[in-house]
Formats: sequence, structure tokens, C-alpha cells
Amino acid sequence: MELTGAEIAIRCLQEEGVEYIFGYPGGAVLHIYDALFQQDRVKHILVRHEQAAVHAADGYARSSEKVGVALVTSGPGITNAVTGIATAYMDSIPLVIISGQVPSYAIGEDAFQEVDAVGITRPCVKHNFLIKHVKDIGPTIKKAFYLAKSGRPGPVLVDIPKDISNQKTEFVYPDSVSIRSYNPVGKGDIEQIRRAAQLLLEAKRPMIYSGGGVVLSGASAQLTELVRLLGFPCTNTLMGLGGYPATDKQFLGMPGMHGTYEACMAMQYCDVLIAIGARFDDRVVGNVEHFAQVPRKIIHLDIDPSSIAKRVKVDVPVVGELKPVLEQLLGELRNSNKKPDPATLAAWWKQVNEWRVKGGGLRYKNSTEIIKPQFVIEKLYEITGGDAFVTSDVGQHQMWAAQYYKFNKPRRWINSGGLGTMGFGLPAAMGVQLINPGATVACVTGEGSIQMNIQELSTCKQFHLPIKVLSLNNRYLGMVRQWQEFFHGNRYSESYMDALPDFVKLAEAYGHIGVRIDKPSDVEPALKEAFARKNDLVFMDFQTDPTENVFPMVPGGKGLSEVILSEDL
Amino acid sequence: MRHIISLLMENEAGALSRVAGLFSARGYNIESLVVAPTEDPTLSRMTIVTSGSDAVIEQINKQLNKLIDVAAVMDLNEGEHLERELMLVKVRAEGVARDELKHIADTFQGRIIDVSDRTLTIELTDTCARLDGFLQAIGRDLILETVRSGASGIGRGERILKL
Repeated sequence: MELTGAEIAIRCLQEEGVEYIFGYPGGAVLHIYDALFQQDRVKHILVRHEQAAVHAADGYARSSEKVGVALVTSGPGITNAVTGIATAYMDSIPLVIISGQVPSYAIGEDAFQEVDAVGITRPCVKHNFLIKHVKDIGPTIKKAFYLAKSGRPGPVLVDIPKDISNQKTEFVYPDSVSIRSYNPVGKGDIEQIRRAAQLLLEAKRPMIYSGGGVVLSGASAQLTELVRLLGFPCTNTLMGLGGYPATDKQFLGMPGMHGTYEACMAMQYCDVLIAIGARFDDRVVGNVEHFAQVPRKIIHLDIDPSSIAKRVKVDVPVVGELKPVLEQLLGELRNSNKKPDPATLAAWWKQVNEWRVKGGGLRYKNSTEIIKPQFVIEKLYEITGGDAFVTSDVGQHQMWAAQYYKFNKPRRWINSGGLGTMGFGLPAAMGVQLINPGATVACVTGEGSIQMNIQELSTCKQFHLPIKVLSLNNRYLGMVRQWQEFFHGNRYSESYMDALPDFVKLAEAYGHIGVRIDKPSDVEPALKEAFARKNDLVFMDFQTDPTENVFPMVPGGKGLSEVILSEDL
Repeated sequence: MRHIISLLMENEAGALSRVAGLFSARGYNIESLVVAPTEDPTLSRMTIVTSGSDAVIEQINKQLNKLIDVAAVMDLNEGEHLERELMLVKVRAEGVARDELKHIADTFQGRIIDVSDRTLTIELTDTCARLDGFLQAIGRDLILETVRSGASGIGRGERILKL
């Protein structure tokens, strides 16, 4: 039977088992929206801004193992989506974005709502396609899903001109897909893995450093087994939190700019470092020259060869999917008659534990007068039993959430680590809530970030998404203010948030419950009451200490061992 | 160090801009970039002349490989290879200089492909360095126009870049 291009696009989504898509209609996608209307398998979530559509699809993907899908129109539809696409690209999140384009005969004529979608998104997608013929829609969408989720995942854009979405052709969805120029690696090279095993077994001061790759590839169980088998200390990056259980005694916390003292020091002074699905980001290792001053052997397991030896020299590179690669490594370690020397390892742990004491753990000076933001996160952790999905925006609140919420499971911590996109948290939480109905979803945000996509409170109302929004309202763009305090002579240039709305009234105006919390003693009751409301979105406006800073801190351009601990404790 | 990188990529709209965009986005140098279809019309072959530290060159190779449309990448500098560039030069050729120019063209195995009363157009195919040498030998005063194709490269002997 012949179908229109628009019908084919929707049939493809059905074939891929897509349950929800996030989008916003417009001229160039009218045929696709019409096809969407005439079926009920793919459910559409109408957002209030295209950026939010992509973030919601992103949260949907991060909290499940599925590909997120967004549908936007041409011109401003796709340009609004770009921030969302770049966010997903930086964090390697599998997304398919379908955008409408002006009719093919009008392309290049500066038509109404025309923009070169393929050109404008090229640097921030894994790949993109402009459809030229209606018969290409099926095979291209098949390829798009395959590219998005295989290898190093990422967003893929399919741009469909309006006239082509209305042309007809026979619909056949391909069973399989092969792209001759794209062959992602599965298992790792066994010789390299043997060398890695050898280095690990001979290490005197070993350290396991894992990142978002472990979460994305579903290799948390293998990572956990590796850490326990070897008895080594382990750190998870911001993107890797939950990859190894945070409450385990072998876990040192997060490394890097706002990591723990012990994680920073162990990264710096280990003699063998195994990086697993992590990329030695500038926020993780700080100054690379400083990092390189201490001699250490580096083993790097990653799906993407270009992540290896990009910022640091690597001694044993292993390219492959982390799950099979870790299985291979575990096999080698189990079969080896060598074991890590207990006395040597005990001496290293003694050192690590001394750092733990010196660092004093994550700490802050609590107050009975003013709400400390860290206190709110601690209470959130307690009240949700450590089992909530937590999304965040970007800034101080993000760091406090990462530090004080102890993630024991992967895919529970949803944040924009690479691009650092303010406005990510609330729409991401919508995607998380939809794919995890009944689950507790908290969005930790600030009064700055939340205003970047606050219109999504309307989407939450329409689709009954009972997200709990925790806004740590310190009346400042806190992280900007912190840097201005430390590095710009207390000149708080444009970081004060004046003329803030009444967030309680705002939440109520959108049909939700809003609560303002001023006193530390009200924090716990307010959270308890909010989380008890299983069916309501509750917006909690916590009036927090405007002067609080995030510690520890490795200042930009400094080395990991130059970490500054809290100044007032 | 200067490197010549050859690659095979899908002969599709936009493939060239993906490569060019990669170089500008990541701040890599492009000295020259040549692209044309091969005997297989679905594939294009590109030769890029670039320069950078060993670490940068390694990243360039990896980043090129990562592009979905790129089917194969070979850094020609990793083995023996040949490079050739085509150049067309139009020179002011009057009086005694005319014979002198013909002589230089001969020395560099150039061919004179167009003649007018006051000009000569010379075609040369050689390594980039030899072409630079030719331009120096003539001197800038007499050169009216220079058109260079950018380098094309190929491995020696059994060193083959093919799918």
C-alpha cells in the first residue's frame, strides 16, 4: 500500500517501538502532524518551546535505554532545538530529531521559515540527513535510529521537506541496516586487554576512574564487579555518577573541579589509572600539564578512539563497547594466577583514607537561621530513600546535587554535564517522568536556570507530570557569583537576580502547587509533604543562603592537587 | 609537521562540508584540500594537506575516521608515498625575458600551453615544493596569475587505499 512521506515517518517511529515523542507543530510539519493525529500508537507531548522538546527527549533517553525522539518545524523550530541537540551531543545521548523543511523546490530561495537545518546542526550532531526523495524516508529513519544508539551514541537529525512528506510511495521498513563507512567496534583487542590486566595486577597505587560511558553502555554491573574483584578505589565523574554505588566504601566520590579531596588526590598520585568511558575532561583533570607531572601509566577503555589520547597520553588504549570489553578484562583477571598484592594495596588504601580524613568529607556549616542549599539536597536524599530520578539545571545547585545525593544506580542522575545548559532540568524531568511512570522525579534547579524553560510548567500540567521542583533560590547566578568572588574581586557583574517573580504564584498560575520555604526547620516537612503528593507537581522555592560557595574547588587552570577545601570550616 | 592525509568518502551532498567544518571547528590547519570522484562513482577521494604536532595529527586522523560519511583514512606520511600538484602560471613574457622564461619552464619540465604577444601560460605538475621552487625562479614581478590545484597523493607500490 502506498503511504505519504508523513505517514511513513510515523510508521517508522511505530516500527522502532517509540512510545512518546516531544514536539511542536508548524507549517513545514503539518503533514506529519496530520499523520500523527490519525494513529494512536505514538503519543505526542506538546512542549511550549522546541528546546524543551529536545531536552525532554534527552531526559527520556538518559533515564531509559531508549532513543529519544523530537519533532520540530523548519526555521525557528529547528534553531530553537539546536541548544537541545548540542546538549545531547556533548553528553553522547541517542536522539532522533525530525525537522520539517520548506518544500524542496523552495530550498535556497530564502523561503518563509527556511533555514539550512543540516548546515546549522552539523557541528552538534552525530550525523544528519536532508531527505531528497520520498522513498528515502524509511531507510533514512532506520539509519538514524541505528546511528543514534550504536557506537558512541548521539543525536541524529532527519530534515524532511514539506512537499516530500506529502508524496506517496510504497512503505517497506528495512529489517536491517548497514553503512559501509560506519562499523563500530564491539569487543576490544585481547592483547591490549591482557596488557591492561597485567598493569592493573602490578599496580602499587591503582585508581579506577569511570565516566558517562559506563552508564550509557549499561556496564555498571561489570564496573562494579571489576572494582570489587580488584579491591581498588573508584571514582565516578559527574556524568558517571551511579555507575558505581556511591554509598560503597570503595567509592571516593566525584573527581575534578568540585570533586572530593580524596578523589582528586588519588587521581593525581596513582601509579596506574584505568579510565573507563571517561574522557579526561578539563573539569575532571584540571590543568593537563600539571596532571602529567606525576608519572603514571594510563589504561583507557572507550568506544570512541578520538577520546583516547586527546588530552592526556595513554599507555594502553582499548577501543570497544564497554560491556564486552569489561567482560574480557574480568575474564583475564579471573584467569590470571596473579592477584593484587594485599600489603601494597593496604598501604595505598591507608594513604587514600588519610586523604579522606584530611579532606574531611563533603561538609558545610549548617545554620538554624538560613537554609543551606546542601542541607536541602541531604534531606532530599533522605526523604526519597536515595532512589529518585534527579534532574538538574546548571550551576551551584547542580554541583551540590551531584555531591550530596548519593546515586547508587545508573541513569538516576540526569544533568547537562558537557554543554552545561541552563534550562535543561525541568524539560528533562518531563521525559524522565513519562518513561518512568510512578517513579519519584525531582528537578533540582535554581531561580536562574528554572526561568530559562519555566514555560514547561504548562506542559507538565497538560500531561499530569507530578515532578517535584526544588529551586534553590539564592537570588544570584550562584556559580557566576562564586567565580566573581574568587577571581574578579567581588565585582558581582550582572549576577544578581533582581525583580524575581513570586514563584509560588507563578506555579499556581500554571495550575500547580507552589511553596516558599524560608526556614531551615521547614525544609524537611515541606519536602515530606511535597513528595507525599504523588499526583501533583509541587514547586518548592527554597530561600537559600546567597553567600554559600561550592567546595572543594579546583580553580580553572589549576591542577588536581591544588584543590581548595572549604574556607570557613 | 606537514602531513598529507588521503580519504575515501561517500560521494554525497554535504560530505565535503563535514570535513571542512571539522577542520574549522577544531582549529586544525588546512593547507590544501582536493576532492573528486573515483572510478567508483559512489566514492570520492580527498587529499588534505595539513600540519600540526604529532598529537594534533593523530586527532585529525581519528576525527576524520569518526565522520559517518568517511569510509577510509590513510595518513600518507606513515609510509612511502608520492604527491603531485598541478599548477598553471601566466607570466608577463616580453623581450629577453621571454626566452629566459621558456628556459626556466624547460628546466622544471613545464609545458607552455598558451601564448600571446605579451604572455605565456605554463603548466607544471610536480611536488608542492618543486612548484614553489619554480615560482621563486621566475620571481613575483613577472607572475600575472597562479592557479594551483592543491596536492594529490598516493601510496607507493602495494600501499593502496581502497574499500
